[in-house]
Amino acid sequence: MNTMNVMDRTLETKTTKIAARDVNVYYGDTHAIKDVNVKIEANTVTAFIGPSGCGKSTFLRCLNRMNDTIDICRVTGDILLDGEDIYDKRVDPVQLRAKVGMVFQKPNPFPKSIFDNVSYGPRIHGLARNKAELEEIVEKSLRRAAIWEEVKDRLDAPGTGLSGGQQQRLCIARAIATEPEVLLMDEPCSALDPIATAQVEELIDELRASYSVVIVTHSMQQAARVSQKTAFFHLGNLVEFGPTGQIFTNPEDPRTESYITGRIG
Amino acid sequence: MPTFWLVVLLLALSALGFAMGRRRALASAGGNPRNLHSLPNYYGANVAMSTAVPALAILAIWLLVQPIVIENRVSALIPETSIPENTSLSLVMSDVRRLAEGLDEAVNQSFLTQKQSFALDSATSDIRSDLGAVGVALGSEVRPEVLEAAQSYRQLSSSGATLMTVVAVLSALVGFFLAYRNSDKEFRARNVVERGVMALLVLAASLAILTTVGIVLSMFFETMNFFGLHNWRDFFFGTTWAPNFRGDSELSILPLLWGTLYISAIALMVAVPVGLFAAIYLSEYAGSTVRAFAKPLLEILAGIPTIVYGLFALLTVGPLLLKLFGQGENGVFGLTWMSGATSVLTAGVVMGIMLIPFVSSLSDDIINAVPQALRDGSLGLGATKSETVRQVVLPAALPGIVGAILLAASRAIGETMIVVMGAGAIAKFSGNPFESMTTITTRIVSQLTGDTDFASPETLVAFALGLSLFVLTLGLNVLALYIVRKYREQYD
Repeated sequence: MNTMNVMDRTLETKTTKIAARDVNVYYGDTHAIKDVNVKIEANTVTAFIGPSGCGKSTFLRCLNRMNDTIDICRVTGDILLDGEDIYDKRVDPVQLRAKVGMVFQKPNPFPKSIFDNVSYGPRIHGLARNKAELEEIVEKSLRRAAIWEEVKDRLDAPGTGLSGGQQQRLCIARAIATEPEVLLMDEPCSALDPIATAQVEELIDELRASYSVVIVTHSMQQAARVSQKTAFFHLGNLVEFGPTGQIFTNPEDPRTESYITGRIG
Repeated sequence: MPTFWLVVLLLALSALGFAMGRRRALASAGGNPRNLHSLPNYYGANVAMSTAVPALAILAIWLLVQPIVIENRVSALIPETSIPENTSLSLVMSDVRRLAEGLDEAVNQSFLTQKQSFALDSATSDIRSDLGAVGVALGSEVRPEVLEAAQSYRQLSSSGATLMTVVAVLSALVGFFLAYRNSDKEFRARNVVERGVMALLVLAASLAILTTVGIVLSMFFETMNFFGLHNWRDFFFGTTWAPNFRGDSELSILPLLWGTLYISAIALMVAVPVGLFAAIYLSEYAGSTVRAFAKPLLEILAGIPTIVYGLFALLTVGPLLLKLFGQGENGVFGLTWMSGATSVLTAGVVMGIMLIPFVSSLSDDIINAVPQALRDGSLGLGATKSETVRQVVLPAALPGIVGAILLAASRAIGETMIVVMGAGAIAKFSGNPFESMTTITTRIVSQLTGDTDFASPETLVAFALGLSLFVLTLGLNVLALYIVRKYREQYD
């Protein structure tokens, strides 16, 4: 137990990027998320794991208010980004989403050219003053998403013509082109083969240097490989949250242990 | 036997076949359906099908072919010399048919016996007045060769009908027994019925196609007749539309085509923005409750008969536009651009209103079909709703929307009632939207409903106009399909 306290203390020194306090989410009459408290730190990869339907994607979508687009969804409790409540009336969800970017489960490139896909965000938010700057942003984003070498000769080709793994990396490039502070990833590798998965995982690890990354995954190996902190959700509850090493080797809650060893889920 | 009772007999036979086939198949399996290859009903259906289908098919073909054969054989009986001047063989033949029907009617009403009716002689009895008494009016006195032809017509018809009955019933019985004998537990009745179902579907599909071909061909032949009477250069390249019922008319499609396209263009200018924006609101912004009643309400517009839109144009929109753009000092703006309520603008605006539900309903479906993942992707990057719609949703839905617009355009080009009541009847080239103009469709109506001889170019021009219209809308539809297909590949 002593070792754990030491670990906790070292992690406490990092700044908290997002803090969720007593978050409850309802879809109509269904209580999807129950009293979740979690602190997501800067420059850390946090993994959400749990069986299907446990609410991890729902909670992820609360972090950039994507649930606002669902009519019957209701969120209570506080979610603080840099100490400010993102569900406050004064917060513009559109601007929030520029700060908290998102990558989805299925690659969803727009039916536009590769260049237009990546420049979409910067254009909307006016991040580039001229064409040259825009091209620079696009190149930088594609490079950081580790796809530049593959597409640099065909930036005018449609993004939908790329392979699944390339499409997902294009979507990551598109998300980081708007310079977000937090990157939410909802099962980003579930539609990819092992090689593309490895590329994306490597990328996630590199992205940690500049962003906080929150990743939802069904693969426990993936969570163990890429994350520093792991949260285990079950039936809408946050069962356990802690350093990844501890969750996978020495979980406190019997449910976590059952899930990790494959007995539930 | 009248055809109706013959059909009833065949159907009864096939119903009997269903019951018997089913029973025999079950009996062959010892009463246990699990030992059968197919469900018992399939055996019944197989027998019913084999009984009814060939017999009914024979019946249908016989009914179509018999009159043609009889016609040919009887018309050969009429000598060339007995055809009066200024008439044709077909007129004499219609006399023959009428006389034959009259004699049959007289027998039916027991005015004559069958024997008497065949023993009639045009020299000794007054057939015309006799038939007049049973309610059949003949156009002229009956000449001996016509009577002879009519008698032979009756003879052939009645023996044809008897033969038809015999053949149809025979084929039904043969089908019945063959299928009945086959109703055994090993027989694959289910597969046979499956083929029967497919044949039914193929028949339905080919009927639809054949009808289209028939319509086009009938138009085509009349059009050829028209071009035999009227110079095609004047029709396609002339500049004046001036039908003159005493003949020697100038019949050019161009002024009508201009009016058609002008009015359609104005209609689309009204319908496309309004319809598209309504569709965007309904699919992207409206809550489910608003959508639930706004969409049906909008679609009610599509259910209004076009004649009602025509009244709306005549009584409301026309006078309103006149008040805005005409009437000089008495008008709202003091303008004198418009002199009457009927104008291109009136018809165009009302037609545009009519097309709004077309555009909005189709576009709404197409916009809804754009994957939610694309919207999420855009919203997740911090785009607003309208940015998402403008830059992601609409480009993705564009091919479908273009298709919807082109469908609305072909609807506008084919529209008649609104134009009759809203646009006037003057064919001319003019760019002024406040003037009266007319379209192809309304001219077809007025040319066909006149009093002129059907064989005159003034009437036949309607078919040439109709065929041109058909080619125009067909071209638009093909273009719509092409665009939809081409861009769909690019986006999916």
